[in-house]
Amino acid sequence: MKVIESGIGKLIQPPDINAFREWNRNKPKSLMDKRMSEAEAVSRFIHDGDYIGTELYGTVRCPMSLVNEIVRQGKKDLRIAGQGVFELDMLLAAGLVKALDVTYIGLEVYGVSNCLRREVESGRVETVDWSNASIAWRFKAAAMGVPFIPVRSMLGTDTLKYSAAKVVECPFTGEPICLLPALILDVGLIHVHRADKYGNAQIAGISGFGAELARASKTLIISAEEIVDSDEIRLHPDRTIIPYYLVDAVVEAPFGSHPGEMCYRYVRDEEQIREWVKASETQEGAQAYLDKYVYSLRDHQEYLNFIGEQRLNQLREAVSE
Amino acid sequence: MNERDLSPQSAAGALEYNPSELLICSAARLMPDHTTAFIGTGIPMLAASLAQKMHAPNLVVIFEFGGTGAILDKLPLAVGGENTFHRAVAASGICDIVETAQRGFVEYGFLGGAQIDAYGNLNSTVIGNYFHPKVRLPGSGGGNDVGSHCWNTIAIMRHDKRRFVDKVDFITTPGYLDGPGGRERVGLSPGTGPYRVVSNLGIMGFHSESKRMMLLETQPGITVEQVIDNTGFELLIADEVKENPPPTSEELRILRQEVDRDRLYI
Repeated sequence: MKVIESGIGKLIQPPDINAFREWNRNKPKSLMDKRMSEAEAVSRFIHDGDYIGTELYGTVRCPMSLVNEIVRQGKKDLRIAGQGVFELDMLLAAGLVKALDVTYIGLEVYGVSNCLRREVESGRVETVDWSNASIAWRFKAAAMGVPFIPVRSMLGTDTLKYSAAKVVECPFTGEPICLLPALILDVGLIHVHRADKYGNAQIAGISGFGAELARASKTLIISAEEIVDSDEIRLHPDRTIIPYYLVDAVVEAPFGSHPGEMCYRYVRDEEQIREWVKASETQEGAQAYLDKYVYSLRDHQEYLNFIGEQRLNQLREAVSE
Repeated sequence: MNERDLSPQSAAGALEYNPSELLICSAARLMPDHTTAFIGTGIPMLAASLAQKMHAPNLVVIFEFGGTGAILDKLPLAVGGENTFHRAVAASGICDIVETAQRGFVEYGFLGGAQIDAYGNLNSTVIGNYFHPKVRLPGSGGGNDVGSHCWNTIAIMRHDKRRFVDKVDFITTPGYLDGPGGRERVGLSPGTGPYRVVSNLGIMGFHSESKRMMLLETQPGITVEQVIDNTGFELLIADEVKENPPPTSEELRILRQEVDRDRLYI
C-alpha cells in the first residue's frame, strides 16, 4: 500500500496487537467476585505513566468517583485519551497528565477549559489531536484485534497532519483513505448504571463508545450506580454491553457521575459545575476546588455525605418522567 | 415571567431580539422537514428544537453520542444528555452515528468554530502555532467528522475579522480545503461540503465553481458594506443580495416560551 501522507504527531501509545492477545489470553475467565473500593481499584490497577481512558459524553456518565480517587492518590505522568469535560479537567488541574490524545476537552456551553489552556500553553502537557469518531474508531480497531482501521474522517486537514494517522492509497479503489492506529489502553474507566459482582455491566440510554473502550482496555475498572444480583443481569442479557471477562474491578458508586448526570437516574448539578467553571479560571481557584471536593474527603462516601442527601435527592427528583 | 417575554417594541415598531436569537431563528429556517441533521451543542440544538416546533416536525435530529430522532420538547444541555434521545427512535453510540454519516445518510451538519476562511475551512483547535499555541481551544470534537461526512454543512458564527480570516491557524474541519476539487483530491466523498454560513451579519453560501464564500443575504438592518468590512478575506457578493427577514413574533414566542423556557442560552 502506498503511503501518501504520514501525520507528524507522536504515536503516544503504539499498538501491539499480539501482546494484547497474549494479555487477554491470560486474563481470568472464571466468574470471580471483583468488588472492591475505589481506593483499592486505583492503587492496584493504575500506575504512574499508564495510558488510561475514560468513557463518557460531556458530563454524562463520567467516572467521577474513580477520577477523584486518582487525584487523591496522585497517580502521575498519565497519558490519556481525551474526550472529556469535567473529569479530565480534574486530572489536568491536579497536574497529573503528561500527554493527551485529545479530541475535545472543554466545558461545552461554558466554553474553553482553562485547565487545558494552562497545561498546554505552558508546554507541560503534550497533545496529539484527533476527531471524536477517530478516537472511538481507534478503540474499535483495538476491540476488533487489528492494528488499524480505515476511515474517511480527518482527510485533508491539519487534524490529520498533526496526528499520528496515515493516508494511503486504498488497494481496492485507488482512492486516498485515512488509517487510524488501534489504541490499546493500559486501563479503561467506565461508569455504568448497573453491574453484578463479576463485572457484567449494563448501560441505560445511549452507549457512547463504552463497548469499544471496554474491549480496547487491558485492564478495566467499572464503577456502577448499583450492584445487582447476577440473576437480574441474566434476565436482560441483551442489555449487557460489557461482559465480565473484560473487567478487573467493580466499584459500587451511587452518584458516581456527580456533578455530571446519569440518564434516568439523576440530572447534573448545574450549581457545582458553575462553581468549577468559575474556580478553574485560575490555578489557585482550581486548587481550592480540589481541596474542597477531593483532597479533604477520604472517599466517595465522604464526598456524598459532604454534598448531602438533600441535594442528591433534588438531583434525583429532577429527572423527567 | 421575564421582562424579555414581552417582546418589547422598538421605536421603529420592529421586534427586539438579541444576536443569539437571530442566529437561532436563521439557522432553524435552514432545517427542512423530513431531513436528517447532525446537531451539536448550543445554538444548533435550539435551532433544531425551534424548527421542529415551526415548519419541520419530522426533522430527524442526530446527536453524535447515539441519539437518533429525538423529539426536542426539552432542551439538551449537552450532546450526550438525556434529552438528546428523549422519545427518540434509536439510542446507539458514536461509532454507529458517525458510520451512518460516513455511509451518506446525513443530509445536514451544523458546525461552529473560532475561525473560518473563504473556503469554509474551520478552526477549533489552536490560535497560533500548534506546538506553542497562543490559545489552546477544545479541539475537533465531532466537528471534523461532521464536516467530512455530512452532505451539506452549515457553520454558525459570530461575524468579525478575527473570525472570518484569510487563513485559519489550523484546519480542524474540512471545508473546500484549497478550492475546487480539493475535497475529492484528499479522498473525501464527492458532493459533500460547506453549504451555508449563518452569522449575525449575513447568510453566506459558496460559489458553485470557485467554492469561495459568497454573501447571499444580509441580516436585518445590516448593509453589504458592513459585512465586507467585518470579513478578513475577499467575500463574493451575489448578484442580488436579499435581506433575511427578522425573527417573527411567532418564532420568538416559541423560542422564549417553549424552546428555552429557563433562558439557559438566550
